[in-house]
Amino acid sequence: MAVKHSRFDRLLLSLNAVFLALAVLIVVVPLVYIVVASFMDPTVLLNQGLSFRFSDWTLDGYKKILENPAMLRGFGNAVLYSAAFAVVTVSVSIFAGYALSHAQLAGRRFFMTLFVVTMFFGGGLIPTYLLVKQLGMLNTVWAVIIPGAVNVWNIILSRTFFKGVPNELKEAANVDGASEAGIFFRIVLPLSKPIIFVLALYAFVGQWNSYFDAMIYLEDAKLHPLQLVLRSILIQNQAAPGMISDQLAMNELKRLSEMIKYSAIVISSLPLLVMYPFFQKYFEKGVLVGSLK
Amino acid sequence: MENTVEVDRRGAALRRRSSTGRVLHGMKKHYFLYLLLAPALVLTLIFKYVPMYGAVIAFKDFSPIKGIMGSEWVGWKHFEKFLSSPNFDVIFMNTLKLSLFGLLCSFPVPILLALMLNQIRRASVKKNVQLFLYAPNFISVVVIVGMLFIFLSPTGPINHLLAWITGEPLMFMSDPKYFRWIYILSDIWQGAGWASIIYVAALANVDPELHNAAGLDGANLLQRIRHIDLPTIRPIMAIVFILAAGGIMSIGFEKAYLMQTSMNLPASEIIATYVYKVGLQSGDYAYSAAVGLFNSVINVVLLVTVNLIVKKLNEGEGLY
Repeated sequence: MAVKHSRFDRLLLSLNAVFLALAVLIVVVPLVYIVVASFMDPTVLLNQGLSFRFSDWTLDGYKKILENPAMLRGFGNAVLYSAAFAVVTVSVSIFAGYALSHAQLAGRRFFMTLFVVTMFFGGGLIPTYLLVKQLGMLNTVWAVIIPGAVNVWNIILSRTFFKGVPNELKEAANVDGASEAGIFFRIVLPLSKPIIFVLALYAFVGQWNSYFDAMIYLEDAKLHPLQLVLRSILIQNQAAPGMISDQLAMNELKRLSEMIKYSAIVISSLPLLVMYPFFQKYFEKGVLVGSLK
Repeated sequence: MENTVEVDRRGAALRRRSSTGRVLHGMKKHYFLYLLLAPALVLTLIFKYVPMYGAVIAFKDFSPIKGIMGSEWVGWKHFEKFLSSPNFDVIFMNTLKLSLFGLLCSFPVPILLALMLNQIRRASVKKNVQLFLYAPNFISVVVIVGMLFIFLSPTGPINHLLAWITGEPLMFMSDPKYFRWIYILSDIWQGAGWASIIYVAALANVDPELHNAAGLDGANLLQRIRHIDLPTIRPIMAIVFILAAGGIMSIGFEKAYLMQTSMNLPASEIIATYVYKVGLQSGDYAYSAAVGLFNSVINVVLLVTVNLIVKKLNEGEGLY
């Protein structure tokens, strides 16, 4: 039975609807702007603003961005790094989480503290950089995958999850003569597919969207992931190259660099934005499992 | 029956053994668990604890030939240099202001959103609104800042609109006075929807009967929100607040660095970007490590302090 609303309540509810609609608009309008602008000639965009007439639209921006070898390579690198990172970080964290969920593991309090401390305190950027350099990992794929592979949150999450797996299952397998490894790989892991999927999704997206590690560890432009390529397209060309004396060439270059900005944003963000509604359930689950602590 | 006897006998055997012996026995028996723990443990020791040890570089005059351990010990020299440099006040206050204002502005928004979303009756409408509000979370920092440069450029759409009112374009990305606002508002744009998830979930668990009963007693919507919804999410609010406050001085490098232009540096230079520039770009490792260490220590102190305060205010419920 629903509450009967007073006039005051109904007024509030309509205001609520208006504000939420506004919030949605605030989120959507900039995105729509970028998408529409990506189909337009920058000169027209600058002089007349957005146009929704299809006759004004052009695919030049997309052609130019798809011809850009750095962009394609960045895309490939990003897929590779993100997938590799997801596999490594999720395996390492889940293994540790499973081990730590066992009362039989001597010193598990100590190990847990060892992990948790690193969430709040670290040696800092410089010592970490010097270490990675000393290990000879500079300018290799490993530098963006290995140093950040241990995710303490994921260890905590998976430990909580594994504690919830009924003991009877493991005991039954034990009676049937399965080894500890057998129990883990054949019984517990298949049960954990949902949490593995959630953690992997987060790891993938996180790596896909980050640029910092790649910026400090990967000097070689051939190794740069998508976000670093985007950075040079979207942000670093802010200062237009002043050396070009030929005014015409400079204008053309400016026009081109303006044009590919929009299509670069769309192409790089679209995969995640289109896919995320299908995975929304899992993403939310990730946040919620986390809040159970 | 036989089983219990077996277990008893084993238990007795275990008790007879010394505690180290018991541990060793357990390790042998459960070696697989230690094997599973090993990768995370080794990686953490190498990539988290070795750098903590390496942080002593902050107390040395680093020479690449002698290495961190062989370099000469200079004590607090680098810290003193940082604390007495004219940059210190500016950078420290920039960091503090950016994160403090950021925390205060962005903390309430997800709560408000959740309370509002919770009032939507139709599940399908609610789900679609959430779908839109969560979306910006999946856009990368680089793209967000790229969009800021596009929208806020002197010839961009925002200035196009403003031209009707002011006539003069505002130099959003180069005038230091706008930096913090742009940073914080775009953070809210991107993150508020996503951050509302935990509140929405908690509110969904409130028994509707409570609202009905309160409604029958004549409580209006605002009163019901205040006395039913808010108390429900209060513990979550406390945890979110402590975590955010503990991270105050570790405010993200990624976005601030991208948003920096040579003109807005007076507001946009924060400790993290300073450490990066002095250390990795100019190669003054020891000095910049000292600045970073200084920052980490403040962070830990803040986390502990905020946790204590919230514990007091929140009837003994803190993070730990």
